[in-house]
Amino acid sequence: MHKVARAGAVALVAVLFVLLVVHMATAQRGAAVAAAVAAGKQPAAPDFELDRLDRVGTLKLSSLRGRVVVLNFWASWCHACKDEARTLAAAAKQWQPRGVVFVGVDSQDFSSDARAFARRFGLRYADVHDGSGSLMTRYGVTGLPETWTVTRDGRLAAHIGGVADTRRLGSAITRARRA
Amino acid sequence: MISRLLAAAALALVLATPALGADPREQRIENRVMCPTCHQLLALSHSPIAERMRTFIRTQLAAGESPHAIEGDLVDQFGPAVLASPPARGFGLLAWLIPAGGAAGAAAAVFAYARAWRRQGPDDGGAADVSPELLRRLDLELVAYDE
Repeated sequence: MHKVARAGAVALVAVLFVLLVVHMATAQRGAAVAAAVAAGKQPAAPDFELDRLDRVGTLKLSSLRGRVVVLNFWASWCHACKDEARTLAAAAKQWQPRGVVFVGVDSQDFSSDARAFARRFGLRYADVHDGSGSLMTRYGVTGLPETWTVTRDGRLAAHIGGVADTRRLGSAITRARRA
Repeated sequence: MISRLLAAAALALVLATPALGADPREQRIENRVMCPTCHQLLALSHSPIAERMRTFIRTQLAAGESPHAIEGDLVDQFGPAVLASPPARGFGLLAWLIPAGGAAGAAAAVFAYARAWRRQGPDDGGAADVSPELLRRLDLELVAYDE
């Protein structure tokens, strides 16, 4: 009886420990991606498929292989995102004719608010909805806004933490185009 | 003095009015839902998205939507992790079963220990461990002492 109880308790602790390790490893992976890019490496961009806000259907990052992608994490309730929106709209207007794809990742937000925000600031590019913020964790996003550029073969080229200005955005896109 | 008391009472009434006027269903939902950005109960959070969620809940209640349906809308927007209690199905079921299993296991262990202890019988103070030779010597010494 004692042996069974002891084995049960050990098994319970082991299960809880495994769950804790899995949870911590998921969070660490995102931080590792950001650290790798900061160290000049180009790790694979975590793939995703999320519902689109600008039209019906989903968008899969890997479906954009062959094109440079600007991935901007934002939310309608984020004040800094409002400061950044016009810069992004102008950059999209400048770079999209040259084959660069802009993708907004609306995070932890109401999709109706996000659509209204995109209309208000004239964001004429693909927007996807990451309501739970799980993609933020995979990219190691710690605050909004944050921007990544992705190379034609799906690797992360540059990371901009905080509000992206025209110069930093141009430099991040150029790095992705040259890779 | 009376005018000061009246003024204090009026101020207390003004401050308490929002709490008194709050829909109890709104409070109940806020205690069952988490803020997605700060991971606190919505009732305790003052983040921008928490304020927006409160407005959403109030508007939906005013429109006649049930608390259950509103929680469903929030899950659609923010995922199942927005609920303070995990759903009792799939992986979330573990969160309900593990504490219940732990409590049942602890109760079974206490029961088994109590049963085993009861089977041992009452404590005789260790007399059973005293050898007959020692008891015989003790009797002899007591007799000698009485004499």
